[in-house]
Amino acid sequence: MATATTVATPTRKTWRRLPIVKQVRQSVGLQRGMLLAGLVLTGVFVLTAVFAPLLAPYEYDQLRDAAGPFGAQAHPSGNHLLGTTVGGYDVLSRVIWGTRTALAVIVIAVLLSIVAGVLLGLVSGYFGGWLDRVLVVVCDAVYAFPSLLLAIIVAIVISGGQSSLIGGVMAAAISITVVFIPQYFRVVRAETVRIKSEAFVESARVIGASNWRIMVRHVLRNATRTLPLILTLNASEAILTLAGLGFLGFGIQPTAAAEWGFDLKQSLADVSSGIWWTSIPPGVAIVLTVLGLTLVGESLNDLADPRLRSRRAADGPPPAGTVEPGGAVVNSAGYVA
Amino acid sequence: MTTTTTELTAGSTDPTGDAPAERKRGGGGFGSYLLIRFLLIFPTIFVLVTTVFFLMRATGDPITAALGGRLPADQLAERIHEAGYDRPLISQYLSYLGDILHGDFGTTLSDRRPVTEVLRTFGAATLELAVYALIVAFIVGIPLGMLAAYFRDRYPDALLRVFAILCYATPVFFAGLVLKLVFSVWLDWLPVAGRASTGAEIQLQTLDHPTNIYLVDAIQTGDGEIVKDVLQHAVLPAVALGLLTAGIFLRLVRTNVIGTLGSGYVEAARSRGVPESRLLRKHAYRPALIPIITVIGLQIAVLLGGAVLTETTFEWKGLGFQLAQYLTARDFVAVQGIVAVLAVIVAVTNFIVDVIAALIDPRVRY
Repeated sequence: MATATTVATPTRKTWRRLPIVKQVRQSVGLQRGMLLAGLVLTGVFVLTAVFAPLLAPYEYDQLRDAAGPFGAQAHPSGNHLLGTTVGGYDVLSRVIWGTRTALAVIVIAVLLSIVAGVLLGLVSGYFGGWLDRVLVVVCDAVYAFPSLLLAIIVAIVISGGQSSLIGGVMAAAISITVVFIPQYFRVVRAETVRIKSEAFVESARVIGASNWRIMVRHVLRNATRTLPLILTLNASEAILTLAGLGFLGFGIQPTAAAEWGFDLKQSLADVSSGIWWTSIPPGVAIVLTVLGLTLVGESLNDLADPRLRSRRAADGPPPAGTVEPGGAVVNSAGYVA
Repeated sequence: MTTTTTELTAGSTDPTGDAPAERKRGGGGFGSYLLIRFLLIFPTIFVLVTTVFFLMRATGDPITAALGGRLPADQLAERIHEAGYDRPLISQYLSYLGDILHGDFGTTLSDRRPVTEVLRTFGAATLELAVYALIVAFIVGIPLGMLAAYFRDRYPDALLRVFAILCYATPVFFAGLVLKLVFSVWLDWLPVAGRASTGAEIQLQTLDHPTNIYLVDAIQTGDGEIVKDVLQHAVLPAVALGLLTAGIFLRLVRTNVIGTLGSGYVEAARSRGVPESRLLRKHAYRPALIPIITVIGLQIAVLLGGAVLTETTFEWKGLGFQLAQYLTARDFVAVQGIVAVLAVIVAVTNFIVDVIAALIDPRVRY
């Protein structure tokens, strides 16, 4: 028992301590409603991605069926519930297949940025020195910069701007990763700096634990408290950045995968002639997905902050001088679209 | 978010310093803060410019990117040699840095214009759009944020918070598309795209000293119709871009007003029998606005990024629209130049905002 983390004793109530379950139980009233709504939306998104082949009436790049070509900009009808795009694809199918692309990009981007950001933050905060100073300046600079522009440049580097499925997904994911690393870096570094002066770290050093062991077992375990919040919010930013890249023509080619941002770019000209069914469905898909993830993130954020948590009993006023809680978390400057 | 920026500046100079140590040392006052914060602009710009340079070169030389496949190999090689892209990377980098120090951000490949000239021509349009968007954000975000705080945890608050999240969740270009569809195509109230109608635009071009900020130019012509035309064109792009920031303001004002509503002096006023609505209007909201100033600094980056998308959606011929054009043309010299200029703008605005924040709230200084 060298760590300061409270290890849950395995009882039959263990499931109640699971991250999300615990928060749902803790929440009340409106807050619970928002959290549950977010969880439902996110669940629908993930399920759609998983079961896309069963749900989608056509392939994402299918232009014709047994009855002949679909035709371009066809009105919604029995065959095509949401009509067809200017390129002659079925809108509904592309919206459904689009969940897969979005989910893949989110998962890769979030995993990559967590690993890189946490590692850098931990090392930087723990050892300090010139490396720390350099990393802080670099991350601050990247953090302050419009993330979409950075993502565009990274996308150019990785794929030259036009890409296959894997290339496109990786390009989008890595460009988003570059933007996210500073956020994880800052949070973990700040926590590490705080934790490393705690008594239990001192004690571990006294009994001769190695730097690596202290970092992983003592500091990291305690520095990851806020990560779930950033994670959900970053996931939503990942979707917005992916859509922004697609909208500017730096996303994934339509024959490689379905991507909502690209479809919105194609629908730009349709709007002027009053064609709504090519732009509204992919746009709504983006909004609902981001909404779901953000609702979850926001609720977790509020629940983690006692000043903002709605209490079951009568609600006393919060202490004075409240600033935006979880500043680094709620709205990162990196956010674009 | 205030905490973020404070931490950002504090962390940059003295990453290991804890707050008490800073306070002990920080008798330096405003002058030294100003100086340190000013000097911090340069590493920021340097880091960004360097990152962008090496990233862009990692793709290969810009001439192949722009013209590859369109020119025979020997001509291509000649053009590359002419532009110096066959030199070692490090010497290219040093001469690039030298050029930037002289204010030369390069010349675009596709239309052979200096990037600084592109900036002069299109920068004003983006500035105009960003200012409109900020106005929309203030008008929408601040009153609604106060309202949400007043109705804390009741259903108007829930509705407003969902609205704030929706503002964030909607990509600006999709918001733009929907606004276009509803107000331009279906209702036919507002123009679909552009900064002014063709007739008005021609008249604006004939001015002696066009600022390229169309509203100013339109007022110069003294023609009410042109002013109206220019404003009508600005409504939808400003709303699309402004709502993004409005959501953030709403959330920030809400949290801060909730904080001040519970503070001692408001409590005192409440015990004197001042009605709740007056507490909100007269006592609680002013200190809650201070953090907004800091946030505006961060919003500049958001607005610039959003401007690229908004301008593309509405064919608003600004820097973002132009950047999208260069991207499509694979003109990476132009992209690199514009991005470098934007890096300077972001660094300088953040400096200005931090200084204003420090002037208003001495606790920010260190």
